[in-house]
Amino acid sequence: MSTTMRPTKWASRLLALNAWLVFAFFYIPIIVLVVFSFNGSRRVNIWGGLSTRWYPEVLQNEVILDALKNSLMVASISTIVATILGTSLALALDRYRFRGRKTLDGAVFLPVIIPDVTMAVMMLVFFAQVFRFIDSFGPRFQLGIYTIVISHIAFNISFVAVVVRARLGQLDPSLEEAARDLYASGWRAFQKVTLPLILPGVLAGALLALALSLDDVVISAFVTGPGSTTLPVYVFSAIRRGVTPELNAISSLMLLASTVLVLGSLFLQREPKSKTNNQGE
Amino acid sequence: MKLKLTGALLLLALVAAACGSDGDSGAAASCAVGETDGDLSFYNWADYIDEESIPRFEEEYGIKVEYTMYESNEQMLAQVDAGAANYDLIVPSDYMVDTMIAEGLLMELDFDAIPNATNISDEFHSPPFDPDHKYHVAYQWGTTGIGISYDALEELGNVEPTWGFIFDPALSGMVSGGISMLDDAPESFSAALKYLGYSIDEVMVGGNEEAIREAGELLKATKASLLKYDSVAYSDDLMNGELAVAHGWSGSFAAAIFEADAYETHVYVIPKEGGVRWVDGMAIPASAEHPCSAHAMINFMTDAQNGAALTNYVYYASPNEAATEFILDEILEDEGIYPNAETSAKLEFIPQAGELGLLMQDLFVEAKG
Amino acid sequence: MAALDQSAAQADSRKGRLIATPAALYLLFFFMIPLGVIVTYSFATRTATGRTVLTGWNLSSYDKLFSELVLRIIWRSFWMASVTTILCLLVAYPFAYYLATRAPKVRNILLVLVMIPFWTNGLIRIFAIRFLLGSDGPASQLSENLGFGTFRILFTPTAVVIGMVYSFLTFMVLPLYVAIERMDWKLVEAARDLYAGGTVAFRKVTWPLTRSGVIAGSILVFVPSFGSYVVPEILGGAKTMLLGSYVARQFGAARNFPFGAALSVVLIAVMLIAVVINQRAEANRA
Repeated sequence: MSTTMRPTKWASRLLALNAWLVFAFFYIPIIVLVVFSFNGSRRVNIWGGLSTRWYPEVLQNEVILDALKNSLMVASISTIVATILGTSLALALDRYRFRGRKTLDGAVFLPVIIPDVTMAVMMLVFFAQVFRFIDSFGPRFQLGIYTIVISHIAFNISFVAVVVRARLGQLDPSLEEAARDLYASGWRAFQKVTLPLILPGVLAGALLALALSLDDVVISAFVTGPGSTTLPVYVFSAIRRGVTPELNAISSLMLLASTVLVLGSLFLQREPKSKTNNQGE
Repeated sequence: MKLKLTGALLLLALVAAACGSDGDSGAAASCAVGETDGDLSFYNWADYIDEESIPRFEEEYGIKVEYTMYESNEQMLAQVDAGAANYDLIVPSDYMVDTMIAEGLLMELDFDAIPNATNISDEFHSPPFDPDHKYHVAYQWGTTGIGISYDALEELGNVEPTWGFIFDPALSGMVSGGISMLDDAPESFSAALKYLGYSIDEVMVGGNEEAIREAGELLKATKASLLKYDSVAYSDDLMNGELAVAHGWSGSFAAAIFEADAYETHVYVIPKEGGVRWVDGMAIPASAEHPCSAHAMINFMTDAQNGAALTNYVYYASPNEAATEFILDEILEDEGIYPNAETSAKLEFIPQAGELGLLMQDLFVEAKG
Repeated sequence: MAALDQSAAQADSRKGRLIATPAALYLLFFFMIPLGVIVTYSFATRTATGRTVLTGWNLSSYDKLFSELVLRIIWRSFWMASVTTILCLLVAYPFAYYLATRAPKVRNILLVLVMIPFWTNGLIRIFAIRFLLGSDGPASQLSENLGFGTFRILFTPTAVVIGMVYSFLTFMVLPLYVAIERMDWKLVEAARDLYAGGTVAFRKVTWPLTRSGVIAGSILVFVPSFGSYVVPEILGGAKTMLLGSYVARQFGAARNFPFGAALSVVLIAVMLIAVVINQRAEANRA
């Protein structure tokens, strides 16, 4: 936006205060989490002095590393697939008129509004039936990483579609009409105009999908098979025995990793921008 | 789109109906001692095995163990029942063994392949849920009672521990700290029944609906005195002072008190009316693909030293008589973990309650409001 | 000309279907069919031991839905989810506004800061809150020092709302941010010139322009709040039985799949209707 609307000074102060309070609200538990990952004693309520022993322990714990590997695999595959499918779905629903569009439009919301547990159970039962059916022909299938991936894609398609759809709804259709006149092929128009315009929405959808997949406990717990435990499931299970500094350490490490990743990508994006002349925001 | 949808749903209903979900009948296995037939898929409760056992087993038998964990009997059952994943060895609780036998989900064990089973003491050889001892071998056992701080006991006038600490408003009112009950319908109902003077077994197996409803009313009235219902973090909260009286499982308290070194401040007791005794057993699903490896693991875990290693880690009681000489003294002497004979006599298993089970679940929800 | 329009429309329709097909097929196969299974289950029977048998089709699970207990639970969940959503809106709107009105560089950094907590494990964050709200925890000690006495928030519905707001606030912030950022500020400027007060300008122009963000955010917060069960159990001490826990219980300890399925079907149906009505209203307004 070219002109920044500055509200009155008073309102401005209030807004800023609100913002800082919200940030505090968000971060105080995080800080607690990180601080307690350095707790010398095992029990979270008793402070046993500063200690970093949990970090090497976590990094060497094979069970945790396996779970982390599984989580990352599931999250990345499901995010990529869901983003592609979700975006195309959003585009189709928003741009084109075709038979069955209204039904599809409504159906897309279902994975968003379904309770976790229900989806978990229905996927388990579904896979069980499918496997039983295939079994009669010979090949024996089992729950595993791929069943988690399939389930995650199923609900992430909708989340991505909803987010991209919201973005699409705000776009100026005349821009794309103009693009279509300019470029001979629809694909070029898409590439050069539509895609960059919706990219923030697509990215937002992808990030949401990633976060949802990485944090999913219930669905993963139900459709996981032997050896395909994901990190949130591991944490959910371990937390039963009490919150330990180990779990806090795992969280802190993931926090660190994702922060580094995001800062890194922001940094990479910055370079070309400074080289070219300030294109209007 | 709509037509396709209806068609798909119909097709599915038909397939579902056709494929029914009857478990395979409990076919018996036949294995030699120490025989293995591939890598073992071991499905167990979280944090219910010491860190050395699996590696030692892997080394001794030369096979790998795929170790997966579950949160609750029902979660394990859902997975095994659906049959969509292969597990060779599971550790269901008593009532769950009962359920799974009834539904034909377990394989009859070949005790020739489990010579160490004789180490298990006799009292675990014909429990009500598996009277012919064909389907399981006891793994660990424990009791359900009350974890309480000495401070709270003093407030209560140092009387003999009773379930009234929770259910009797006159008593619970004297406690300044928080009180919690297990978020578990069968367990909470059992506590209530014991307090009301009933026998758990008689009521549940005998189908005494009136008694269940009476217990339900008691639970409803008790809700107001409770800080919370919790089956997960109650021993932690007892240690950190959030709770003064907690309804919970023996090993959980034992481990918490040990870790916080709170022997002077907290104790686990079994109320005078009696309580619940429970057993978790090792069993093999009927659909197991590597039953012989599973038998080998059962035999391994029932060895005297391995059995002791297990107890020394999880702080529950071992059913393994031969393991006694290797178990830490402090565990053996802990009356919370190994109750004396007098208390033992008042303990009961919670049986599979059939229809009453569903009633208890519903009444429990009502009690929680 | 009409014929050309028609074939253009047809080509459009074909293209639309082509683009939509992969996703639609995926959803059909890996969502609608499993959903069909669950719907089928809601008409099935539960054996004494809790197994679901696909015979003796009946409506008893649906009958159970109308019992006083169930209706109470549904109402309570609806109420708490609404409170959570409104709180999130009240907090997130000014917050998103603030974010959207910063300089672009600052905006990006702040956005990242908003997302970061989102990338820690949700469960552990809730436990951190649990620790903070405990009667022996820092919040309580602080209030004691300030002379307000210890406070007992943990295991009350208040704690549950706090937990839910914490978990889902980001879901409200992001759509609002997108909506506000994308707003045509010239319109707002014009409104300010037209109307004397800033509040009126807000009500007449800014709010309607950002409405789609408000709706998206509200749905994204209301839905998980309505079906939430981990937070009520950890922070609410399981004393307030909410719909999410209730459904989970049916598929878990109670082993009453038909009833759990019936609950789910009704839940989904009601929310779907609400969402669709809203979509249509939006479309009409546009």
